[in-house]
Amino acid sequence: MLMGLYNYWAVVVLMMIGFYIVIAHGNLIKKIVGLSIFQTSVFIFYISMAKVDGGTAPILADGIEQYSNPLPHVLILTAIVVGIATTAVGLALAVRIKEAYGSIEEEEIQKKDNLDC
Amino acid sequence: MDTFINISSAVFLLIGCFLCISGGVGILRFPDFYSRMHAVGVTDTLATAMILIGLMLQSPDGLVVLKLIFILLMMLFIGPTASHALARSAMINDLKPKINKQADNERVTS
Amino acid sequence: MTIAIAIVRMRDLLAVSMLLGIYGLLSASFFVAMDAVDVAFTEASVGAGISTLLMLVAITMTGRTEHPGRHKPGLALFVVLITGGLLIYGTLDMPYFGSADAPIHLHVAPHYINDSMQEIGVPNIVTSVLASYRAFDTFGEVVVIFTAGMGVLALLLVVRRPEDINKIDSLNDSMHKEYLILRIVVKMLIPFILLYAFYVQFHGDFGPGGGFQAGVIFAAAIILYAMLFGMSTARRVINQSVIQFFAAIGVLLYGSIGVVSLLNGKSFLDYSALSADPVAGQHLGILLIELGVGFTVASVMVIIFFNFEGRRDISQNKEINKS
Repeated sequence: MLMGLYNYWAVVVLMMIGFYIVIAHGNLIKKIVGLSIFQTSVFIFYISMAKVDGGTAPILADGIEQYSNPLPHVLILTAIVVGIATTAVGLALAVRIKEAYGSIEEEEIQKKDNLDC
Repeated sequence: MDTFINISSAVFLLIGCFLCISGGVGILRFPDFYSRMHAVGVTDTLATAMILIGLMLQSPDGLVVLKLIFILLMMLFIGPTASHALARSAMINDLKPKINKQADNERVTS
Repeated sequence: MTIAIAIVRMRDLLAVSMLLGIYGLLSASFFVAMDAVDVAFTEASVGAGISTLLMLVAITMTGRTEHPGRHKPGLALFVVLITGGLLIYGTLDMPYFGSADAPIHLHVAPHYINDSMQEIGVPNIVTSVLASYRAFDTFGEVVVIFTAGMGVLALLLVVRRPEDINKIDSLNDSMHKEYLILRIVVKMLIPFILLYAFYVQFHGDFGPGGGFQAGVIFAAAIILYAMLFGMSTARRVINQSVIQFFAAIGVLLYGSIGVVSLLNGKSFLDYSALSADPVAGQHLGILLIELGVGFTVASVMVIIFFNFEGRRDISQNKEINKS
């Protein structure tokens, strides 16, 4: 019973590693990296759910009976490209924060904010 | 004839895998950036070529073989160029290769 | 998983971005093992290619190492363990890996697999679902990509005066000898990369491919050119305003296909209204919207890269002028 679910657990472990990076590290770029790991683990989750034992890629061809489910593939395809677009915006924000505050460590940014106001 | 093709493609694939692994061992064991780069650059390109030839022998129809030949040509261009780019940027940024001065002196004096 | 833990421990951000690229490549090979070839293609080109590049460019501007000292790692670890435990408890009810009678395989998916050939006539089911059955989602996503490009433009745009052409040419020639091998090889390779991008774009009906992957590969070719030949030359070759225009054209093309379907009496983005035979209408509709998607994705990736590089030039020039 347990061995049938191991793919979900691997995904949960990856998700938690990404989550830990976002919470515990102060560097903004490291946080964005952690978010990216989290995103990719969610993709792995969906794609592993889509697989059918003995199926092949969902491209219609003669002589193939069982196909893997194409619906999660479509959702993840959009998700990957949207993910990188938002990562790009996040990195642009990090660059601007560096220019405005002089550092991208969270504690130094908060100190500067507290000093100003 | 069939078994001959199967055996030869298996031999090519195995040689390719062995070369890849030895390139990996090279990264870990060589002392210096430049020697590591050399190990990886040479073995990676040759390993990809071997694996692709092994796949070509296995493929069912001609169009797949043509596509694999194109990929092989591309890899022959891209592999050495990538190692060249890495080594060049290291050279420009003054990364000195590790030269064993003591061994050189011994060879000169003896 | 090992790579994820290594990313947690390392403080050198250059190594972290390389590891992120390897992580993307490993997930792409995992997707191939799961029979998701379209997704693997996209993840390999986007995750292992463009994402690593953007991280590297951002790191050159923000600093290479991370300060030590995480705040409250014990509390973070506790929160993470609790959440992980709850999630694992949640997965105990889920269907087994690869079982064919899981709920997600029973409702809509058999309809797609069985009827896609008659209704749309395109062998790649993922393309037919993406472009025809679920065209609304794809439209929303194209608009999101466009908006992200606009966001990066708003954050990082640097208005520059038109540069002296003679200065650019002399700079180009002086660098030519240094980068000789790379420039020659890249000059030979770029036409093939562009051709491959077009092949992937139009072949998306029959094999893995489609607008997204093609757009990313096209942008990668242009970025390669810009990296080796200098930003000034690249800006002369690829005009910024033309690229922004193309990004808008992609979204406009997609939307206008939908409006044309509306004007012909059917619902929005129903391609059977585009021609007399519904299947031919579907083919035409899929072709045009994939083209729109390819335009937008390629232009937005190029816009993002050019703006990052432009900002880097300005910030580094400012430092040189100050010191």
